[in-house]
Order: sequence, then C-alpha cells, then structure tokens
Amino acid sequence: MENKLRLEIVTPHGLIYSEEVDEVTAHGSEGEFCVLPGHAPYVTTLKIGMLIAKTAKESKYFFVNWGYAEIAADKVLILADSAEKSEEIDVERAKEAMKRAEERIRKCEECDFHRAEASLERAATRIQISQMRIPK
Amino acid sequence: MPTLRDIKRRIKAVHSTSKITKAMKMVAASKFRKAQQRMFELRPYADRMGAVLSSLAGGAESEIHPLLAVRPRKNVDIIVLTSDRGLCGAFNSNILRAASKHISHLKKEEFEVNVSAIGRKAVDYFKRRNVPLKKSWTGISGRISYANAQEIAADIIEHYTNEATDEIILAYNEFKSVAAQKVVVTRLLPLASIEATAETLPVFNFIYEPSKEDIFNNLLPKNVEIQIFRALLESQASEEAARMSAMENATKAANDMINSLTLQFNKARQASITKELMDIVGGVEALKG
Repeated sequence: MENKLRLEIVTPHGLIYSEEVDEVTAHGSEGEFCVLPGHAPYVTTLKIGMLIAKTAKESKYFFVNWGYAEIAADKVLILADSAEKSEEIDVERAKEAMKRAEERIRKCEECDFHRAEASLERAATRIQISQMRIPK
Repeated sequence: MPTLRDIKRRIKAVHSTSKITKAMKMVAASKFRKAQQRMFELRPYADRMGAVLSSLAGGAESEIHPLLAVRPRKNVDIIVLTSDRGLCGAFNSNILRAASKHISHLKKEEFEVNVSAIGRKAVDYFKRRNVPLKKSWTGISGRISYANAQEIAADIIEHYTNEATDEIILAYNEFKSVAAQKVVVTRLLPLASIEATAETLPVFNFIYEPSKEDIFNNLLPKNVEIQIFRALLESQASEEAARMSAMENATKAANDMINSLTLQFNKARQASITKELMDIVGGVEALKG
C-alpha cells in the first residue's frame, strides 16, 4: 500500500480542500516545514503564507492566513482563519488592499501599525501565490 | 347575525393580515437561506476544531491552561440564547422552558446559579420572573458577526479564569431541519471533551511548536469563540426557519378563515335577497287583494 497524506484545509467559511496528497509544505510560526507520510504527531501555529500540496501529478498552491496545523496518523489538518486556492485568489482585490495598507503605513503615526502591516503582508503573499499557478 | 357589511369588513381585514404574514414568510425564507449557508460553512471548522482540541487535551495536564482547569462545581453560569424578535412559533418558549427547567434542577442541587441572556426575548422573560441577569446581550440576532462571539467569549473566559464561576452552560436551538429545531443545553467550560476523550481517542505524543503553552493559549480561547459563534449561527438559522413555518401556518389559517367568511357572506347575501323577494311578492299580493 502506498502511503499518502490526507490533507484537509478548513476555514470558518467552509471546507476548502480535502484530498490525498504526497507532500505538504507550509509556513509554521517557527519557519517552513514539510510533511511526508509517516510524520510524527505535530502541532503548530501557522503564519500568513503559502501552503504547497504535492501529488505525483501536480502541485497545488494555497494561501493560508493564520491558523493551526495538526499532523497525526498521516492526516494533515489545517485550521485557518482564511485560505484560498491559488487560482481563486482575487488579485485585483489584493492589489487594492496592498495599496491601502501601504498608504496607511506611510501616513501612520498613531494608527494601528500592526494591523496595517499584517494586511500588507497578506496582500503581498496573495499576489505572490497567485502568480505561482504554473502547472508542473 | 352579522350584517353583510360587517362580514365584508372582516374578510378584508383577514386578507390584509394574510398578505403581511405571507410577506414575512418570504423575508424569513431569504434570511434563512443566508443564515443556513453561513452555518453550513462553519460547521466543518467547528467540528474539526473540537476534534483537534480533544486529541490535544487528551495528552495535556489540566494545569497547563486556566481554561482546562476542572474545579469542583459550586458556581454555575447558564447562558440562554434566544432571538430578539418574536413571531417565530415555539422557538423562544421551547428554549426558555428548557432553560428554566435546567436552572431549577441546578438550584435543587444547591449550586449557585447565575443566568445570562442573549437576545431580547430571554432578557424580557427573566426580567418578568425577577431572575437577576448577570449579563445580557441584545441586538445580535439578525446581523451576527464574529466580533459578537468574540465579545461574549471574552466575558466568559474572564469569569472562568478568575474563578468567579466553575461551569458555564449554554442553552440554544440547534438547527435540525427547516421543520425542526432541537433545544441543546451544552457545557462550554470546562471543555466537555476532556474526560470523554481520555479513553476513546488514541493519545498522540505531539510535538508542539512554538510550545505547548503557546498553542493552548491560542487555541482554547479561539475554540470558545468558535463554539459561541456556531451557537449564534445555529440559533439564527433555527429562528428564521421557525418563523418561516409559523408564518406559513398563519397564512394558511388566514386563508381558511377567508373561505369560511366568504361562505358566511354568501349565505347572508342570499338570505337578504330571499327576504327582499318575499317582501316584493308580499306587496304585490297585497295590491291584488
């Protein structure tokens, strides 16, 4: 029997993805990590970043916005605040958001700098991921 | 015997009532669809969140986070979740009846019970019965946002953490189907799953990153928020579904009433025509005589 990982990405807005994959790479709070079948039980928080799900045929890219990953018994469960497939990212919206965030950071004196920074990061990551749609 | 004009007026009144109930049904139906969609979207997340937590808590000591601490029960908080608006059948009375029963049951066991209410109907109900409310939230149903859940969760967590209360119970309507809601009385804190999972689930020795404390600090309050958010959405969908069927019934009843009134009207009309004819015939006979 071939070992596979069961990857599930769930957000409060629904189940985004649930498939058998060979390899999962994601951005944990302590850095990027990669999961292969037979991984030790592992729990981590996720940062804003890219998640890559690899199967023999293709690689799928996802945008993940804060969350948790639980890896146990060849099951990878991603609980994210929000997540999108790379092809579903709204690039126009991300660009808008990026502009707004940049504006806010520039003008910012006493405003919520962290929020602006986070939305800038989100937007930049979204744009970056949306360009990764190159079929392997 | 009511006069023709009286009956006609009543028919008109019932007809306009039925128009209103019909419109309310349509509105409820569209609100229901929205609420239902949000609820279905959240359900997998909430379920998985609960599962993750129980598998983690299975291998965790209760000292690691104040929200995991199980204390002997003395102070019990019960939160009752209803709608702000009425006209939704037995939706609110069901939940209030179940909650009252639960409260008196707890009181009999000599726990210190504090009641909080979400939704105007619950607030009014407990006020009428002179039950002091520890906390009340209104104006939430209809436009539920995650911030509402966060606000409520923050309050609950604070009370639990500073040991003002040892158990928090939430009573709400769970959505079963359009025709049926189920009253659910569930324990929010301490986490209900902990004892149950210790035997039933395999315990993994998780590697935690950044650390066990950080993960729990993150995950536990989030879980409370999600559970409350879920209850709010479930209740919202149930409310609109209940209103939909209540209005459907009201419209049907109005139509039945119109039918029977129309029958009555026609009978009265015929009777008056007959009477007039008899008068005329009687008059003619009299002239002939």
